[in-house]
Amino acid sequence: MSEQAPGVHTYHPREFHRQAHEALDNPQIRANFRKAMDGLMAKRCDSFDDWDLEALRELGANIRLRALARLPDLLEQLEANCEANGVRVHWAEDGDEACRIVREICESHGATSVIKGKSMVTEEMHLNDHLEEAGIEALESDLGEYLVQLNQQTPSHIIMPAIHLNTDEISRIMHDKTGIERTRDVDAMTAAARQQLRERFMAAGVGVSGVNFAVAETGTLCLVENEGNGRMTTTVPPVHVAVTGIEKVVEHLRDVPPLYSLLTRSATGQHVTTYFNMIGSPRKEGERDGPKEVHLVLVDGGRSDIYQDDELLDTLRCIRCGACMNHCPVYTRVGGHTYGTTYPGPIGSILSPHLMGLEETRDLPTASSLCGACGEVCPVKIPIPDLLVRLRQESVGEGRGNVAGAGVKRSRKELAAWKGFQWLATHPSAWRAGTSMAGKLRGLTPAKLGAWTRHRTAPKPASTTLHALVKQHQAARTDKEECR
Amino acid sequence: MTAVKLYPPRPDKVYLFGTCLIDLLYPEAGMDALRLLEREGIEVLYPQDQTCCGQPAYTSGYQREARAVAAAQLDLFPEPWPIIVPSGSCGGMMRKHYPGLFAGTDLETQANDVAGRIFELTEFLVHVCHLDLEDHGEPERVAMHTSCSARREMGLAETGPALLAGLGQVELVEQARASECCGFGGTFAVRHPEISAAMVEDKTQAIEAAGAQCFVTSDCGCMMNIGGRFEQQGKSIKGEHIASYLWRRTS
Repeated sequence: MSEQAPGVHTYHPREFHRQAHEALDNPQIRANFRKAMDGLMAKRCDSFDDWDLEALRELGANIRLRALARLPDLLEQLEANCEANGVRVHWAEDGDEACRIVREICESHGATSVIKGKSMVTEEMHLNDHLEEAGIEALESDLGEYLVQLNQQTPSHIIMPAIHLNTDEISRIMHDKTGIERTRDVDAMTAAARQQLRERFMAAGVGVSGVNFAVAETGTLCLVENEGNGRMTTTVPPVHVAVTGIEKVVEHLRDVPPLYSLLTRSATGQHVTTYFNMIGSPRKEGERDGPKEVHLVLVDGGRSDIYQDDELLDTLRCIRCGACMNHCPVYTRVGGHTYGTTYPGPIGSILSPHLMGLEETRDLPTASSLCGACGEVCPVKIPIPDLLVRLRQESVGEGRGNVAGAGVKRSRKELAAWKGFQWLATHPSAWRAGTSMAGKLRGLTPAKLGAWTRHRTAPKPASTTLHALVKQHQAARTDKEECR
Repeated sequence: MTAVKLYPPRPDKVYLFGTCLIDLLYPEAGMDALRLLEREGIEVLYPQDQTCCGQPAYTSGYQREARAVAAAQLDLFPEPWPIIVPSGSCGGMMRKHYPGLFAGTDLETQANDVAGRIFELTEFLVHVCHLDLEDHGEPERVAMHTSCSARREMGLAETGPALLAGLGQVELVEQARASECCGFGGTFAVRHPEISAAMVEDKTQAIEAAGAQCFVTSDCGCMMNIGGRFEQQGKSIKGEHIASYLWRRTS
């Protein structure tokens, strides 16, 4: 199995069902995700040992809610403080505009190669493709992202982009794409990648990174990472461009420690990460390192539309820890690529419909058993199951109609079925007659019930309903009491 | 998230909301719930006009239809007695989602009142009845599957196991990933059948690997799913609603 290279493959949310089938039928994918998710869940659990988790989640949720409540003001404050610090701020309506801004910065410096730290928003806006078309090479420097890029894939997880690959597959990719010897020695492969990347850091004209928290009151950009590639990306090249979605802003510097504690524990079960970068300004006079120019690109990309809806707004609380994926029984089984979106798993299913429209993402809001595991672990208490239900309403045209593609799953047949259910369930005598009839005809219950009976036996109506049994029971009791 | 719930003293009377799944497919589970409550000296009222809590429509996105069905249930519980639901899923719908479903409507106050009186059966037996059980059954190794709604929506991961712990001859076996969903999820099993199948397959394997002779659950949806999978494979492990299991072993 492992000898078969995971080929170049593009995924699309419209193909969710087919992609899910393929993943379910792939024992390697199944095993890789199960093992990784089990490990991540255990680590998260252990890492919260020393904290009052519920109190911390409450605090995290409130910090994010407070920031979102003042989002327009905070963004202006962030801009003013960044500019005062010497960081140039750019606003982008959408991903295309953000790509253009990054490209123009590269071009103005004559940069032909860009080194990138991990950034999901640049995945969302397909920055690498855009730069490549303009003749600028963009190289990922996060190890997982690097592997995924070598393999011409997209990340399958927002924190661990190459989690779908096992050691053997990685060994093969490294061998095929970079020419190193086949090995199962993880340290040797990491060292080889480090060697390959080190040279590229030195040559890159621009470093592009994401942002975990942008602090409005100080204009500080916080970057959480483990590999040091984030620090290299933001300090080695002469120009640093930080790209972030507009929702990543927080009000105060003191808001960062609780969110950071929640983020690292929820994501990888770490008490702290190896690196935590706080970027305040470009290199100042007399400083020996750091970029000469720092830019911040603030990307809307549909976020201000989400912001208009007081319920969907909760989606924007997300701090991108990935805990909802790690704990999702659906994600664990089908993996990240199946979703066909930049953000997979539960958070992806509530976020992607806004970024891509419900037309494209129609199968995502239903791709959950609403088991609630995602909401239970979310460090900022996003009510993910409720938001999935809300998007189901929008899909069938029963919501507020303010999500692109609303009503895409409206079906006269299904609506008629629910209207029928409503009629029956609001006419008790008809209900009793119907359920009682089903019991009498139980012999005629089909043994095959579509997909259900491919894997399970069909349930059969009982010969007597609970309504009837209770009636008999109560009549018998009354008789008994009368005899006394 | 889970607010502290204050439990009332044991009442003289309760309502039983049997749920549509029990009504149609597993009525004995409802009867056993009723018998357990009556044995505690509680009079059980079963409004004959009850149908369904409205959850299937609600989770499918059909709020208007769900609200109409839910509204038809609100009038059935006029007295201030607790309403016992032998299902975490339907109980969760009524306790957690009715207030939001009726927010801003004329029925808001009534919906909040009903929601505040909803108790899942095992919750009521443990926290209100302080049930004391005498086990007459044979020694048995049993696995418990607590539904996701009971566990997460209602915060009742402990009440089912607590009741089983009161059965002297029963050994509650530990299964791998006990808190993971069995894959039922109502219409999820229909809309994403292959993913649901993969989930229930793992669940049955975990229960079997734990050495369970049977499994109990407080939700008939999960029972239909897990039990149906075992049955299709020709396995002898059968599922039972916890009400029936408790009643059978202690009556």
